[in-house]
Amino acid sequence: MQTKKIYVRDLRDADSKIDLQMELVAGKDGLGKEIIVGDINRPGLGLAGFFDFFAYDRIQIFGLGETAFMRRLSVEQKREVFEKFFSFDVLCCVFTHNEHPDEMFVEFANRYRVPTLVTRHRTTRFISLLTHVVEEFFSPMVVMHGTLVDVFGIGVLLMGKSGVGKSETALELIERGHRLVADDMVEVKKIDESLLMGSGSDIIRHHMEIRGLGIINVRDIFGIRSIRNRKRIEMVVLLEEWTDGGEYDRLGIDEKRYTILDLDVPFIIVPVRPGRNIPIIIETASLNQRLKKMGVFSARELDSRIQNWMRMEGERSDD
Amino acid sequence: MIEREVMVRSDAGVHARPAMMFVREAMKYPCEVFLVKDNVEANGKSIMSVLGLAITSGSRLIVRARGEEEESAVVKLVSLIENDFKN
Repeated sequence: MQTKKIYVRDLRDADSKIDLQMELVAGKDGLGKEIIVGDINRPGLGLAGFFDFFAYDRIQIFGLGETAFMRRLSVEQKREVFEKFFSFDVLCCVFTHNEHPDEMFVEFANRYRVPTLVTRHRTTRFISLLTHVVEEFFSPMVVMHGTLVDVFGIGVLLMGKSGVGKSETALELIERGHRLVADDMVEVKKIDESLLMGSGSDIIRHHMEIRGLGIINVRDIFGIRSIRNRKRIEMVVLLEEWTDGGEYDRLGIDEKRYTILDLDVPFIIVPVRPGRNIPIIIETASLNQRLKKMGVFSARELDSRIQNWMRMEGERSDD
Repeated sequence: MIEREVMVRSDAGVHARPAMMFVREAMKYPCEVFLVKDNVEANGKSIMSVLGLAITSGSRLIVRARGEEEESAVVKLVSLIENDFKN
């Protein structure tokens, strides 16, 4: 398992469904600080002069109470408190309710390189949103070398040795109206201990390398409907060079599983050889997976039909 | 498995061309090759994967190889990075 380092910058640029509505007002130079614990601290006690157990390495949240308190302080008092406050290596400060810090605070934050942000959210609301965002940041992550495509609403992770045709298969799936999430490098996060979310690296998002063509931008070529940013991984397909002696699943009665970050995902191995239409096999596998999710299991149903028929035949011949 | 740490010093970082140089070199070896930045492991034989690391000048990388000829692969690839991707 890998853990990506999280910086204050990531908080500001969080690419999530949740909009923290934050704006940087001071301490730009400190955006590269690493967030080590995702917890928050209300600095009220510190502002009142009590700095024992001051959790300076957490995200400091200034609510209406803190800002009102600071307004009551005289210039000298404020300077004294800030001197003390910023003498710690404070991670970052967030002011809620769209309350902007005063000039002196901004000056201190810039000097000590403490990123200071202002959000429009109310304090409680902000804390709960922030918890979601930070939890996602700190959720277990692994980078898989594969291609993630949304096929009929099922997130299919194509895996296999390089050169087996993952990108080409994905390209044909896209051409057939399915959507690319990420090629070659898929960041997989385990969310709420129950689902695996896959996405691509920001910088190369929706680009693919096709041997013979070079790098292409899928979004530009195929349009907005051919892409999506993230998708839950619900099936893993391993593309494998066809070997004549290989034992491939002929029934599909038993479900194989592929384990990613301790979670099991349905898994199929598809042998590849020239002339075999892999995209249509993957489309069918996705549809079959959707049926299974609804409780319809083709292979098992056929098997029980055959067994029923055989039993009835047996009873008839007993007569 | 063998790995070595290396720092990128070329001013422009690892953009398309240096990434291609790296991948082209990595492809010459039968072993698996990985490039690691900030604990994120990229497939050293895939251009997109290497580009996805967003390697800037001053980045610390680990070149990792596993399998046949892993040692010569790491030595060669580290020297490629140290020589600013000039062969």
